[in-house]
Amino acid sequence: MSSTATAVTQGLKTKLRAQGITMVFKRDGKETPVLENVNLEVGEGEFLCLLGPSGCGKSTMLNTIAGFLKPTSGVVTIDGEAVRGPDPRRIFVFQERGVFPWLTVEGNIGFGLFKLSKEEREQRIAYYIKLVGLQGFEKAYPQELSGGMKQRLEVARALAVNPDMLFLDEPFGALDSITRLIMRGELLRIWEKERKTIIFVTHDIEEAVQLADRVVVMSARPARIQGIVPIDIAHPRDISSPRYLELRDGIFEQIGLAHKV
Amino acid sequence: MNSLSQPAKWEKYVWPGMLSVLFLLTWHYTVRWTQSTIFPSPLDVQKGMAELVHKGLLWNDIADSLKRVGAGFGLAALLGIPAGLALGWYPAASQVVNPVIQLMRPISPIAWIPLSILFFGVGDEAAVFLIFLGAFFPIVVSSMNGVRNVPSMYRRAGRNFGLSPGALLAKVVFPAALPQIIVGLRIALGIAWLVVVAAEMIAVDSGLGYLVIDSRNSGKRYDLVIAAMIMIGVIGLGLDMIFRRLEKVKSVRWGFRHDN
Repeated sequence: MSSTATAVTQGLKTKLRAQGITMVFKRDGKETPVLENVNLEVGEGEFLCLLGPSGCGKSTMLNTIAGFLKPTSGVVTIDGEAVRGPDPRRIFVFQERGVFPWLTVEGNIGFGLFKLSKEEREQRIAYYIKLVGLQGFEKAYPQELSGGMKQRLEVARALAVNPDMLFLDEPFGALDSITRLIMRGELLRIWEKERKTIIFVTHDIEEAVQLADRVVVMSARPARIQGIVPIDIAHPRDISSPRYLELRDGIFEQIGLAHKV
Repeated sequence: MNSLSQPAKWEKYVWPGMLSVLFLLTWHYTVRWTQSTIFPSPLDVQKGMAELVHKGLLWNDIADSLKRVGAGFGLAALLGIPAGLALGWYPAASQVVNPVIQLMRPISPIAWIPLSILFFGVGDEAAVFLIFLGAFFPIVVSSMNGVRNVPSMYRRAGRNFGLSPGALLAKVVFPAALPQIIVGLRIALGIAWLVVVAAEMIAVDSGLGYLVIDSRNSGKRYDLVIAAMIMIGVIGLGLDMIFRRLEKVKSVRWGFRHDN
């Protein structure tokens, strides 16, 4: 069985290519297949959402792309180069729990900038504090920040090292629904400004349709790509427009959910 | 008032104060009524304390006890923290060493007194060795567990930013484990303070422990015994308060539960 997603959004250069990714976890002599022959292409500067039910293996897929896990078989190449491990050119953003609680806001943002001179480092820190709207909290510790602020801090820490790709693993999952909406807007604003290639894992259909250029719908475990839905609506998206609703309902159907509660 | 309501500010001082007064009165009148000639009343203890201070004995004994604790505890921290970090970092090494640590840990440092005198003779070294033994294991174990309990997310984030293994240990693993290391140090210092008193009763002829045993042996001066005991309590409390302060430092505060 093969599931393929080769069609990159038109006009984009291929940034990442995952070929035949299969992952089998072995525990206590039992084998659990998690990913089954996943093929994926992501264009440069594209915003891609991996969407699937909880525990389907989309997070495993993202960790494999990021180089934290080695696939049982298959290859991930980025810019034509095989991925062998994590790399500062591609930063993984966890839920806001990934910020370092022993460092201040400044310390966290400057964490990956140890190769820069003090002056450059301070400039970058100041720039990204402003970009994510954390002015006035430079000396604050994460403990003193709200969930949304911590999430912004983690995004700023990732952006500060100027990566070409961001991997976000359900980054807004722990936030309340209002903050989550605000954060989506913030992320889009930053993405439009910096044009990083983003792979965003979520189990929230609305979130995927609001954010992505393309939504990759994954099946339950072992995860395969069930379909790819290009979202051809310009930003900012009207989430009550007929086209939005049509795309959203299409995905609901693909996942096999009756659109009724 | 129930267990959930906050005590008023005056209650924080008034109740403990009243309890202390009650305790001292009970003590005083019990000694009076039993007409004990050996057991001192609070006033006798206070006079004894004044006598010690006046002769300048007390400060020397306190200084000697603190020096021994400083040496034994300092050595235990100096060796125990790196050892614990290494054992937490290399699980294979801890599998080899852990059974030995777990066996040594429940042996009271007091049981080591004969061996320490055999190794070092009667003197400061023997006392410092005993304190070291009492403090070393809690420090090693807490540092090791501290490293093991570092969330994998922090390590991954550190690796993602391109840190070398050495930098990962220094910039991520150590600060992430630090709250637990501080807990271990605090426990170890408490034990060190318990052990120094016992060690000084046997291995040396100065210090608060020696003061306790010497006051009894030379003339049954129980007023001085209790005065020395009170000093031991007060200083022990003071040492613990230093660590409680340390837990409030902002870069480790996140690792502790605070009421406010």
